[in-house]
Amino acid sequence: MKVELKVNGKAVTADVPPNTLLVQFIREHLRLTGTHVGCDTAQCGACTVIANGRSIKACNTLVAQMQGADITTIEGVAAPDGTLHPVQAAFKECHGLQCGYCTPGMVMSTIDLLKHHPSATEGEIRSLLEGNLCRCTGYQNIVAAVQTAQKTMAA
Amino acid sequence: MGATEFAKLPHIGESLKRKEDVRFLTGVGNYTDDIVQAHQKYAVFVRSPHAHAIVKKVDTAAASAMPGVARVFTGADVEGKMGGLPCGWLISNPDGSPMKEPPHPILASKKVRYVGDHVAMVVADTLAQARDAAEAVVVDYEELAPVIDMRTAAKGPALHDEAPDNHCYKWTLGDKAAVDAAFAGAAHVTKLDLTNNRLIPNAMEPRAVNASYNRGTDESVLYVANQNPHVERLLMTAFVLQWPEHKVRVIAPDVGGGFGSKIFLYAEDVAATWAAKQLNCAIKWTAERSESFVSDAHGRDHITHAEMAMDKDGKFLAMRVHTHANLGAYLSTFASSVPTILYGTLLAGQYTAPQIYVEVDGWFTSTAPVDAYRGAGRPEATYVVERLVTRCAWEMGLAQDEIRKRNFITQFPYQTPVALQYDTGDYHACMSDAQKLADVAGFDARRKASEAKGLRRGIGYSSYIEACGLAPSNIAGALGARAGLFEAGEVRVNPTGSVTVFTGSHSHGQGHETTFAQLVAARLGIDPSQVDIVHGDTGRIPFGMGTYGSRSLSVGGTAIMKALDKIEAKAKKIAAHLMEASDADIEFANGEFTVKGTDKKIPFGQVALTAYVPHNYPLDKLEPGLNETAFYDPTNFTYPAGTYICEVEVDPATGVVRVDRFTTVDDFGVIINPMIVEGQVHGGVAQGLGQALMEHGVYDPDSGQLLTGSYSDYTMPRADNFPEFKLGHVCTPCTHNPIGSKGCGEAGAIGSPPAVINAVLDALAPLGVKDLDMPATPYRVWQAIQSAKA
Amino acid sequence: MYAFTYERPATAADAARLAAAGGKLLAGGQTLLASMKLRLAAPEQLVDLGAIQELKGIRREAGTLTIGAMTRHCEVAESAEVRADIPALADLASHIGDKQVRAMGTIGGSVANNDPAADYPAALMALGATVHTGTRQIKADDFFQGLFATALQDGELITAIGLPIPRRAAYVKFAQPASRFALIGVFVAQQGDGSVRVAVTGGGNGVFRHAGMEAALTRQFTPDAVAGVKTDEAEMSSDLHGSAAYRAHLVGVMTQRAVAQALA
Repeated sequence: MKVELKVNGKAVTADVPPNTLLVQFIREHLRLTGTHVGCDTAQCGACTVIANGRSIKACNTLVAQMQGADITTIEGVAAPDGTLHPVQAAFKECHGLQCGYCTPGMVMSTIDLLKHHPSATEGEIRSLLEGNLCRCTGYQNIVAAVQTAQKTMAA
Repeated sequence: MGATEFAKLPHIGESLKRKEDVRFLTGVGNYTDDIVQAHQKYAVFVRSPHAHAIVKKVDTAAASAMPGVARVFTGADVEGKMGGLPCGWLISNPDGSPMKEPPHPILASKKVRYVGDHVAMVVADTLAQARDAAEAVVVDYEELAPVIDMRTAAKGPALHDEAPDNHCYKWTLGDKAAVDAAFAGAAHVTKLDLTNNRLIPNAMEPRAVNASYNRGTDESVLYVANQNPHVERLLMTAFVLQWPEHKVRVIAPDVGGGFGSKIFLYAEDVAATWAAKQLNCAIKWTAERSESFVSDAHGRDHITHAEMAMDKDGKFLAMRVHTHANLGAYLSTFASSVPTILYGTLLAGQYTAPQIYVEVDGWFTSTAPVDAYRGAGRPEATYVVERLVTRCAWEMGLAQDEIRKRNFITQFPYQTPVALQYDTGDYHACMSDAQKLADVAGFDARRKASEAKGLRRGIGYSSYIEACGLAPSNIAGALGARAGLFEAGEVRVNPTGSVTVFTGSHSHGQGHETTFAQLVAARLGIDPSQVDIVHGDTGRIPFGMGTYGSRSLSVGGTAIMKALDKIEAKAKKIAAHLMEASDADIEFANGEFTVKGTDKKIPFGQVALTAYVPHNYPLDKLEPGLNETAFYDPTNFTYPAGTYICEVEVDPATGVVRVDRFTTVDDFGVIINPMIVEGQVHGGVAQGLGQALMEHGVYDPDSGQLLTGSYSDYTMPRADNFPEFKLGHVCTPCTHNPIGSKGCGEAGAIGSPPAVINAVLDALAPLGVKDLDMPATPYRVWQAIQSAKA
Repeated sequence: MYAFTYERPATAADAARLAAAGGKLLAGGQTLLASMKLRLAAPEQLVDLGAIQELKGIRREAGTLTIGAMTRHCEVAESAEVRADIPALADLASHIGDKQVRAMGTIGGSVANNDPAADYPAALMALGATVHTGTRQIKADDFFQGLFATALQDGELITAIGLPIPRRAAYVKFAQPASRFALIGVFVAQQGDGSVRVAVTGGGNGVFRHAGMEAALTRQFTPDAVAGVKTDEAEMSSDLHGSAAYRAHLVGVMTQRAVAQALA
């Protein structure tokens, strides 16, 4: 079946089997491997991307469901000249990543979090990140990164 | 230079932001599943659905005929053509006889011994085709009774002919007679039964390989999510495939967490590498998470009885411990050493107990093989010691901190009764700093406030010590290790003065590209941006043993220091020649070579260039180039130690335990990058709290099925499970490496579980709860409260 | 997942026709796709409801909120109407799954699936909601028929949920620590006439109304009023995360907390 959607600002058209997951489309058809697969039960959040302004799990969505949608993956977050987005810069500043595997999903989840809950408290941040597992950081520096980005982006 | 001098160099103690981050933050990391080779095929494994069964027939006819299928490999294909997975550590029984070492075949041929055991491998053009064909493989099993409970394993059916009672080994350490005598004369004996719950590592990146073979060069390349590529290559080529070692290249690219689970040589790695050669292609395999749950090596799983003998003042006289350790269905790569060498030798803790005796029985059960997982034996030891010590305190009417202070070691070096000699430490300082940071003084007021809300509050201590920086090879060898445990470091100065370092250590989250660059920059007086750290490729790096056991900085970093010593020595000779001085008069500091007593100086960069453009150069005495390699074998383990204090609030109506505060004070010796070290503590504590409060790998006792086979039932810690941890540091530099480093990667997971359980028991003591096993889930806490009421 | 054909109709009528012919309805996909990925479900045709405008939207009419079946959980959570009229429902929706799930999951999908640990069924039962399909209207009490079982006929499509606006209500969920579904969730709603409904999810056999709690709270709407009300353990399931006795105990605790929250 034919799918047409926008990914990182670029129009994309492809002919794919209906059972193609969005994450497969992104990783295999578009060769954007920044979006990761960490589980097979849609519970880890490593595959988080932004679709039509909301964070979703690309592993639990058919690309067909995203017909006409506007998708942003981790590769589309920094500026074209490489300048990091404030959320990316905050994660680096705060050591909010170690092995990096959960990081793209965590960054996309954070961008959504700060868009819809710009004044989230620490407790709310921790709660809103419940869909993203990290095994390395213990979440402490991730929360610090979100709070740092919160300040930067509010300024 | 000594550690104190080293610690004062520029960039040492600097929280430099990581060089690794840009690629991870922008989605251009290079993890094994990201790698795509032209015309690659895909592998799917057929796994046993039974915990214990005879494999009567594997029928691959239908599967082999399906679209896109290249081959279906079974046990029959590999039998006789390769060895089984080896175990790297020989443990001997008290009578000197060796442990039982049953074969661990790459693909099961006669029997399967745990749910998830690897039976067949389908290789096809697409993943979907491989999956479809895997479903069409028909295996005729004759089910046998599983063996799940260690305590009755001896009565169960034998999993292996070689171990008719499922007993792998008995291991002992210590002077039993002396211990028994001490107990006989004790004023008080405290006894405790403990379970250390089975854990499933769950690094966020599932295991993956991409194995290829090139018939034109007769070379194999294995990309694998692994922590120690040289070890992987050696084990696979020498012990399993019997292929020439130099014709196989193993590359561990970006790896998404390991925590020990990616140390081991797994069947999938071997099968894919071997099959790639048979089919002259590339084969990609990435584990599904549900597959990881059953097939990654699990951790912990001990049942222990422990006793402490004390005098009337609560001074420890002797300890005796008996542990049953679950090894799972087969011996994994390091499995035998984890509940023995890495466990029994830590039972002295931070204390001056003169006599200790430990006995460990290792058992086979029809469960996933158990091997090293963050801490590997030291969390198990610390859980025994610190739970027992707190129980001693309660029975003796002493405060948890008081009993510890009465028994802390204060004189170093200290020879424990369990083989290890601690080099240095300051346990009193860690304890007092932790108590201040945790605001222990305010606890009573906080407890009253909790009680006013109908909640119970408790405080728990854990004064842990661990042995890491693995390891002196001769000691390890004497204790049964079949490998050395040195590390390699090659420092290549480039003509224009930048430096490339090849390290046998491997970073799968630890930030070595940054920390090691700081180390090199500090020594050579250049900027860390001028130093590149290369790791994870047997084709580029001298033989090293990889990263686990908190050894990278202490052992890998010291290898680099030794290589830098050689660089410095040679560079001084070049500088002497350039400045027409004698070698002995050259000094090197802040990136400059100077002649003692003069103002002559030249920068490092000039010496580097001269080494590669050797025109004004003592060619008769010195080779050109500035490129040195060192292999470093440590002379002792290192001994990070500290005190952790946990404060919890328990809701008796639901059993929910909320960690209100968690405080750590660690002595890691000299710290190069505090930010990275603190990140390691955060992550380790999170895993320790996970073990204490929520994680548990559970097998059904009747069927042997893994009941916690997904994130729906295996509770992973999430951001809202934790408060902000408070960290402090004490520094007594390690005395036997030039960095003064003790290692920090595992301490958090080692010290934290007993602090949590001690806190929960402290909270529930007024309700009559005397004991509680991990994990302290809401249901189990509520049950304990109900039982105490009854 | 196995292969299937895919349709994306523009109207509810078209969707109903395809479903009647054997197509499997796809709402948010958060449950269905997960099971298809594990090869536990293998429908031959998926009928994607995502493009059907008439299934979206939230309307307020004379004491009832009507929520379109394809309304996402995040939309219910953020709706000004829901937050004003039935804040307990907005609160419930804001705690379903995680925020990624809430962006895709729908009220219609959740209700049609009737997972024994799902949250919405408890809300519908306690609020005395009506499930609107293409052909009829079904009262909540009749709609939910045990775990994963509903009154829907093959191919019947939920179009909207009608929720009477209560005087006061609250939902308290005790999460299963791993899945974070309800181990026990209790929705309490008091109507203008003082009558109270209490619906419990997570027990294991599907959402049910708790007669004992309802009677006590109708007499007196306070947490103390239910302090002694028991829940039959025989109705509760037992697993790693809690025995039947524990679940039964939690019903009491969560009901008290829900009442306290409703009164706050």
